[in-house]
Amino acid sequence: MCLGIPGRIVKIDDAARLLATVDVSGVRRQVNIACIVDEEYPVSSCIGDWVLIHVGFAMSRIDEAEAAETLRILTELGEAQAELEAIHLSAAQSEGHAE
Amino acid sequence: MKYLDEFRDGAKAAILVAEIESLIATMDVPRDRPLHIMEVCGGHTHSIFRFGIEGMLPKQIELVHGPGCPVCVLPMGRVDDCVNIAERPEVIFATFGDAMRVPGSRKSLMQAKADGADVRMVYSPLDALAIARKNPAREVVFFGLGFETTMPSTALTILQAEGEQVANFSVFCNHITIVPTIKAILDSPDLKLDGFLGPGHVSMVIGTAPYEFIANFYRKPMVVAGFEPLDILQSIWMVLKQIKEGRADVENQYARVVPDKGNAAALYAVSRVYELREFFEWRGLGSIDHSGVKLRDEYAQFDAERKFAIPNLKIADPKSCQCGEVLKGVIKPWQCKVFGTACTPEMPLGALMVSSEGACAAYYQYGGVRQHAAAE
Repeated sequence: MCLGIPGRIVKIDDAARLLATVDVSGVRRQVNIACIVDEEYPVSSCIGDWVLIHVGFAMSRIDEAEAAETLRILTELGEAQAELEAIHLSAAQSEGHAE
Repeated sequence: MKYLDEFRDGAKAAILVAEIESLIATMDVPRDRPLHIMEVCGGHTHSIFRFGIEGMLPKQIELVHGPGCPVCVLPMGRVDDCVNIAERPEVIFATFGDAMRVPGSRKSLMQAKADGADVRMVYSPLDALAIARKNPAREVVFFGLGFETTMPSTALTILQAEGEQVANFSVFCNHITIVPTIKAILDSPDLKLDGFLGPGHVSMVIGTAPYEFIANFYRKPMVVAGFEPLDILQSIWMVLKQIKEGRADVENQYARVVPDKGNAAALYAVSRVYELREFFEWRGLGSIDHSGVKLRDEYAQFDAERKFAIPNLKIADPKSCQCGEVLKGVIKPWQCKVFGTACTPEMPLGALMVSSEGACAAYYQYGGVRQHAAAE
């Protein structure tokens, strides 16, 4: 029950009772969106949003920019790692030449 | 699937593992005294076994599986209370599937159902409320279970029941809170921890500020982590980096889901509906002050504890079961005497073997047993 699953809001079913339909990998289900709407994000603005769903409630709007940032850090780590390996390799090779 | 697949990329995982290895190589950690990093949340425990993350890590890092599986920490007496409520002829007892097979002293909810009790598995508390609307002549009791992740959904369902005046709906509230639990672990003399992976989805509700005491007072690193393999590996790397640099901070690896300030609407619903209990009994950990919540007096009509006489007995766990020691990370699941023999997911003795988020079930299901048997 702690894992939750990402889904996309496709339809507002009942704006007063804060019910919307989400699409989770092709499966549709009604969820409550009370936790992800406020003055900044009115009900009407939710369509198309990716949300994390727990036990029938959208509990968090997934932040696209933050997701991209996490992946960017990981990519950079990879580049740094590759560079480090290249340095090690070239150091080993030049040692080899010196001998 | 978006937001899952990109955080399961094998090539990126290999890079992170290499980063972790080169970082730990500079840290002078003795091989016989590895760093102990606890993942507090059962969701993390599940992912760690499912994706074989322990096997990717260098020997100098040991993951300690924490108490964050709400089903697993439920004491046997509470299961008995559930069965007692469920066996009343007027009651429809609605529960998440996880809780169905947890053994009570007489029977589990599953066995109660087989014996004729009206126990129904629901996906959401809203489904339980819908059952109540459809069955006005019956009493529908929802088994409210979980940390702050699911606490708001139960609270919002109660507020909805109040709004609609659904009089035959109530909640048997067993919601628990994470912070006093982490504090109890930090104060436990059995345990020597070097850092924490923070529970991602609890934090999505409560934010990161409630963990500051871990860094400031106990001087332990805490990284709030997501649940995919790259999230977990990156969070371990962030914990290591803090240890290496002599820092103890609360950091947030899971910013795509966890806002530092948490979820205001969810916290508002929680504070309206619940108040802290003086103490709550945990399987394996004993009684922890202020670690559970109950319904406020204003919502007494939706409180199953007040609607029905509940014996609330304390029942000791079976003697052969070592769930408590596993929960505190003192022994590994496979070191329990009954693991995989008298206690299996099909016939569990202890709760850790029941839920897919329990350390024992995760070990059993994903072959951790074989790995360790081979290593020894």
